Amino acid sequence: MATPVTEQPVQQDAGVPYAARLDHVSKSFGRPGAQQQVLDGITLDVAPGEFVCLLGASGCGKSTLLNLVAGLDRPSAGGIETPGGRPALMFQEHALFPWLTAGRNVELALRLRGVPRTERREHAERLLELVRLKGAYGKRVHELSGGMRQRVAMARALAQDSQLLLMDEPFAALDAITRDVLHEELTRIWAETNVSVLFVTHNVREAVRLGQRVILLSSRPGRIAREWTVDIPQPRRIEDSAVADLSVEITEQLRGEIRRHGQH
Amino acid sequence: MASTEAKPDLAGLEAGLDALEAPTTAKAPVGQILREKALPPIAAIALVLVLWQLAYHFQLKPHYQLPSPADVWGSVHTMWLQGTLLGYIWTSVSRGALGFLASVVIGTPLGLLVARVAPVRAAIGPILSGLQSMPSVAWVPAAIIWFGLNDSTIYAVVLLGAVPSIANGLVSGIDQVPPLFLRAGRTIGATGLHGVRHVLLPAALPGYLAGLKQGWAFSWRSLMAAEIIATSPDLGTGLGQLLENARTNADMPGVLAAILLILTVGIGIELLVFRPVERRVLRSRGLLAGAR
Ligand SMILES: Nc1ncnc2c1ncn2[C@@H]1O[C@H](COP(=O)(O)OP(=O)(O)O)[C@@H](O)[C@H]1O
Ligand SMILES: [Mg+2]
Repeated sequence: MATPVTEQPVQQDAGVPYAARLDHVSKSFGRPGAQQQVLDGITLDVAPGEFVCLLGASGCGKSTLLNLVAGLDRPSAGGIETPGGRPALMFQEHALFPWLTAGRNVELALRLRGVPRTERREHAERLLELVRLKGAYGKRVHELSGGMRQRVAMARALAQDSQLLLMDEPFAALDAITRDVLHEELTRIWAETNVSVLFVTHNVREAVRLGQRVILLSSRPGRIAREWTVDIPQPRRIEDSAVADLSVEITEQLRGEIRRHGQH
Repeated sequence: MASTEAKPDLAGLEAGLDALEAPTTAKAPVGQILREKALPPIAAIALVLVLWQLAYHFQLKPHYQLPSPADVWGSVHTMWLQGTLLGYIWTSVSRGALGFLASVVIGTPLGLLVARVAPVRAAIGPILSGLQSMPSVAWVPAAIIWFGLNDSTIYAVVLLGAVPSIANGLVSGIDQVPPLFLRAGRTIGATGLHGVRHVLLPAALPGYLAGLKQGWAFSWRSLMAAEIIATSPDLGTGLGQLLENARTNADMPGVLAAILLILTVGIGIELLVFRPVERRVLRSRGLLAGAR
């Protein structure tokens, strides 16, 4: 049911062979002399349409890595390619603009990528429908629940029509029931849109629930410690025994990684 | 490999969650709003009038120093009957409004520059905050010498009072924009001027509005200081000059009437112009906690 370490991504679409390619990416912060290396030699391909989960302890550099892929920051060494253009990025906080309605938030993303004015409204409503928020077009951000906000944020990310969706612990602040529902939604949307997803989390079960591949990052510096292919068929549930079994195995490894830091 | 079937009614579950978790807002009935919002200030004003009348009655000060509320009202009423009251008010309000608008036109780009260009901030940022705490009445003597007893003096003093507030308001509004908004903006392609227009400025609007409100208060204050000191027959009579004229004529009801008019106009413009705009902006962003 789960085979450790894989060389080839599961899905392979025509055209470019990858949605993102990271080639020996390293990142350090701080001035020369007092540098802290956060990421060290990360090499990773995300195939078109693939769902990859990046797992690691807090502070291991997951957000740093996503920021690099999103182009918000530059790597200290190594190269990053995203042939599908600027990736979409979702944060743990919804990061919606409170001066706009839910629909307008989505429309702003459409506008900035050049969708003509006449098509925006309809397009935005379609995207809101995709995240099952049909009636929320005119709602203000503060009128929405936490789960609804993240779904609007997802609609806004999808509005970029990027081939790569980066997600930085997007459900970490939600309660378990809402998170569970959003897992189902995300799986459905991923299947419907064929977008590639690079999903960051510190939650092992979430990673196994969602990903086709789970990549474990070590801490200080962040390196790829190990990776698993998850061939449990979708739709999965977080309480499935197959999900639980693999989670136990991965958690063991993650704990080992963390324990190493207590020893010196 | 056991995997449960996805629930068919995910949409229903989701709708239930949305309904349970989305914040509800209930509108208060008009009667309650009136009782809670209008009654307290009216009661406070009534109390002040009663205390004033008592002080008059027991002659806390001689009557020529402390006239009764009725005397002061009589003074206002006379001006109304003479048809001069609205003229005085209009002279001051139009000067204040013009000076305020000019301050907005100057203060806004100035604030943007200080907020976004580091050398400019280093150079004039501290001066701008310093100017804000300086009473603009201190400029009046110099302005009279430079510009003479005319409208230029008055506008110069108003500008020196209001421009720093407005610029500083915009600067602090921009400084307080959460970095997350800027990052979110950049990921959806709001970079450069797009970023300023679609993210930075709207996000800074509450701080900017607070600066505008304060800018108006400073305009009005500076204007009155200038009008009281710069009195001349060439200058039209505004409320400040009205006050000064009453004082030279030892007309105490007139002095108090002018003071109350200055207060009323200042409060009135804040309540009628700035408060509604500010509340609308804050409410639409869900920033008006505990207020209806
Ligand atoms: N801009 C920065 N400057 C200096 N150090 C940083 C910066 N961003 C992140 N770090 C450091 O990099 C490490 C990884 O951070 P982050 O990527 O946010 O971790 P994660 O998302 O995995 O919790 C942390 O030790 C953090 O202190
Ligand atoms: Mg993080």
